[in-house]
Amino acid sequence: MKLIIASSGPRPADRVDPRFGRAPYLVQYDSADESFTALDNSAQAALAQGAGVQAAQTVVGLGAEAVLTGRCGPKAFRILAESGVTVYAGCTGTVQDAVEAWHDGRLEALTAANARAHH
Amino acid sequence: MRIAIASGKGGTGKTTVAVGLATMAARQGLGVHLCDCDVEEPNAHLFLAPTFDSVRPVTVAVPAVDASRCDHCGQCAELCEFNAIACLPDRTVVFPELCHGCGGCWQVCPRAAITPGTRPIGELASGHAGSLAFSRGRLRVGETRVPPLIEAVMGCAREADWVILDAPPGTGCPVVTTLLGADYAVLVTEPTPFGRHDLALALDLTHRLGLPRGVVINRDDGGDNGVVELCADRGVEVLARIPFRRAVAEACAEGGLASEADPAVAAGMQSLLRALRALEVPT
Repeated sequence: MKLIIASSGPRPADRVDPRFGRAPYLVQYDSADESFTALDNSAQAALAQGAGVQAAQTVVGLGAEAVLTGRCGPKAFRILAESGVTVYAGCTGTVQDAVEAWHDGRLEALTAANARAHH
Repeated sequence: MRIAIASGKGGTGKTTVAVGLATMAARQGLGVHLCDCDVEEPNAHLFLAPTFDSVRPVTVAVPAVDASRCDHCGQCAELCEFNAIACLPDRTVVFPELCHGCGGCWQVCPRAAITPGTRPIGELASGHAGSLAFSRGRLRVGETRVPPLIEAVMGCAREADWVILDAPPGTGCPVVTTLLGADYAVLVTEPTPFGRHDLALALDLTHRLGLPRGVVINRDDGGDNGVVELCADRGVEVLARIPFRRAVAEACAEGGLASEADPAVAAGMQSLLRALRALEVPT
């Protein structure tokens, strides 16, 4: 199973970014081989609007099943929810910490966006 | 002639001047149409108590996706600079609030699955107050697409000797939209450091737009010479000076006209009217 973690940097030791669409990196974690792969999201992070829409499309395109982030806005949440991607918000600490929390079942799935739209 | 009444700073008296000028010009027999282009907070109607003959919604074009024709090829989403369309493997999602209405998506769609739909952005009302024709827009709360509504408001004014455009404050897109509809800009300012600072911005903007302009100093109590010096530096004419009078504030608070509240204020407005009538601006 693939997870996408909103991250401030490319490594598992980097901190989870509270923002989803404007996180500098989206780190993919594959539970099959416990591998981490970093995607540079800086182009999206600099968009005037629709960063969350872009990031959500990327996640769906990668076939990920869950997103770990601090917050998630309404447009990204709608795309993710309609595509069957579970969003876990309120994640803190490092990317590694967030993945462990997910492994241990300590994260609660978001049922609605927890950030306001900003366009 | 199309005259925009603008300013950099808010609260300098744009509407006071626009309404005063429009009513005085109409009384002198000119065919005048006043457009309240400050669609985010229109207030000229408060002083005119106009009768509206027509009130209608203003819409902008946004993509409407026919799911039965769409094969999720993604060309529309790729084209959209504003990320208003998300193309997912099994569906295409539109975010109308992000759309700027360029129409690229329905041009590029190879399956004709996208057609222009509509989204309301506000309301346009037009009518008259006596012999003065009047139109105003009112933006929907939360709406960010301001220019199309301003264009609709200005589009109501066709057959008039003078079209007076009461502009929004600032120097952003709504103001630029209004100024693009004008032949001449009257920049209303006040003799304060803040007034001078924002007048400089408005002078820069009108200069870049190549729009001829003149300045009105409102609430001219002689306290600060900054705006006069700025106008001299930039070679911009001071068209009129309107004195500071308590009676104006009292009249405005009751929805009355500043130009009728005090003879010296009326004289200032009259000198503006004369200066504008003397202008030879191509229409």
